[in-house]
Amino acid sequence: MRAGNMSRHLTGWLLASPLSLVLILFLVLPIAMIVVVSFWKATEFSIIPAFSMENYDFLFGSPVTYRVFGTTIKYALIVWVFTLGIGFAVAYFLAFHVRSQTWQIALFLLCTIPFWTSNIIRMISWIPFLGRNGLANSALISMGVTEEPLDWLLYSDFSVILAFVHLYTLFMVVPIFNTMMRIDKSLIEAAYDAGATGFQTLTNVIIPLCKPGIMIGTIFVITLVMGDFVTVRFMSGSQSANVGRLIQNDIALLQYPSASATAVVLLVTVLMVIGILLRFVDIRKEL
Amino acid sequence: MRKGLDLELVGLTKRYGDTVAVHAIHHHFKPGVYACLLGPSGCGKSSTLRMIAGHETVSDGSILLGGADISHLPPAKRGTAMMFQSYALFPHLSVADNVAFSLKMKGVDAAARRTRAMDMLALVDMTKYAERLPAQLSGGQQQRVALARALITEPQILLLDEPLSALDPFLRVRMRGELKRLQRELGITFLHVTHGQDEALALADEIVVMNNAVIEQAGAARDVFNAPRTEFVARFMGGHNVIALPQGHFALRNDLTRLAPEPGARLGGRVTSVEFQGTHVAVTVIATGDQDITAFVPEHQFYADPKSPGDGVGLVWDDEALHPLSA
Repeated sequence: MRAGNMSRHLTGWLLASPLSLVLILFLVLPIAMIVVVSFWKATEFSIIPAFSMENYDFLFGSPVTYRVFGTTIKYALIVWVFTLGIGFAVAYFLAFHVRSQTWQIALFLLCTIPFWTSNIIRMISWIPFLGRNGLANSALISMGVTEEPLDWLLYSDFSVILAFVHLYTLFMVVPIFNTMMRIDKSLIEAAYDAGATGFQTLTNVIIPLCKPGIMIGTIFVITLVMGDFVTVRFMSGSQSANVGRLIQNDIALLQYPSASATAVVLLVTVLMVIGILLRFVDIRKEL
Repeated sequence: MRKGLDLELVGLTKRYGDTVAVHAIHHHFKPGVYACLLGPSGCGKSSTLRMIAGHETVSDGSILLGGADISHLPPAKRGTAMMFQSYALFPHLSVADNVAFSLKMKGVDAAARRTRAMDMLALVDMTKYAERLPAQLSGGQQQRVALARALITEPQILLLDEPLSALDPFLRVRMRGELKRLQRELGITFLHVTHGQDEALALADEIVVMNNAVIEQAGAARDVFNAPRTEFVARFMGGHNVIALPQGHFALRNDLTRLAPEPGARLGGRVTSVEFQGTHVAVTVIATGDQDITAFVPEHQFYADPKSPGDGVGLVWDDEALHPLSA
């Protein structure tokens, strides 16, 4: 009996070990490394292992940090609002209006087509569209909507947010669609039977039951937007900065300790945001 | 006791493309009856119920409740309420909120709907579970909540779509007693769809047997069982042999079929199987003309003169036990 128990114990550990190993090697160790480096010192030409609060002191003492974090959170919030609105509408259409499963699958695949090309290409393709002499401006002028080309279409907060929404809406559609597909259709009938209007069914039945999906999509979008630097760099024409750009600049200047410190603060911020979100909705039953 | 209203189906038809699910059925349900729509799956009984509930559009014909045509009204305006097969309780709402849902939709204020919901829960004896979520209830408890939720709208007719099929056999028997009690207390019409003839016999004042999109036979439970009009009804209700005699086809109840010595019997045959069933023994005989006929022989009688497969026996019955079948 004891031998049997021992071997069961051992099997358990063995079964868990590959995943643990991968996570330790590729997740825990690098993050630990970043945390360690964030306390090191650096000059223009060297990096000195040490335990110093210098990087954090500088980070928290600089008004730039607060402004950049402010911009990052602003982007995250606005992009979240738009991806949620569009994502929910698309998922709702797919789940409740498209009756045949074949069409559901076909339209769903259609949603994923943008993902067949790289992020960067999708982003850059906006530039000729939105530019001063781009398609959007010439169309608006020929329709007589404006006289002068609109300058805020490209290299502005508008273009950054547009690109983010374009890139990340699918991350909202998929989890919400998934929760919607699990809603028993007879619940909708039961609501109708009880005299609920379409809108009442939406607010009293569908949205509450979609909360876990909305939450998962929210986590995707917020972490992606807060960690991004490429989109902000290209779509703002380097005129706007978020935390990712801050880190990227430090790395370009070989200021690894300072970059690490910023990364740690960003990581903690994102984790706090997720922690707060998880307080609202229990996503465990979804997983 | 509230007085219910008459429910009348006039030429009610449901088509899905080219297939006809319900073919021009006519029926009149008297107020305050417990009626069962009985039939095999795909016979159109559920479509009929869903049309009455307003969850399926009517292709042709009409549904009259108390003389008013309700065929095209939304469900909540019909004076009907439906109890769904899987109960369809809202998983994110507490039992009390589930029951009060329709009042909330009407804009009744929170305190008033809470009071009404608690009254309904008291009716189904679920008061102490008011704050639970549906997932924390057993099947039988969920069903009571679904019942309370349907009844809070004060319907004239309660529509039940195979309400007992999700329960285990023991609970099923208990819940059907409860359904019957509620129906008697409320005095409204219950329209219950089922494919179980035992359930229909136990519950119904009136049974409507459906097959292939039409009503085969309707009437009081006892009349339908004792005098099936068609071969389908005789076979579906169970407890009957369908016998082909020179004069035509007849239904004969198993317990009115008796074994006798072969000479002088009405039909002769050979025993193919013997099943002990507690109060009686089911003896199946393959009789003249290759027909299987089962006789329920009272247990003490059978063991006084036991038969075994292969034995030759005769079958007898009284003339008045035979019911001619039309098809």
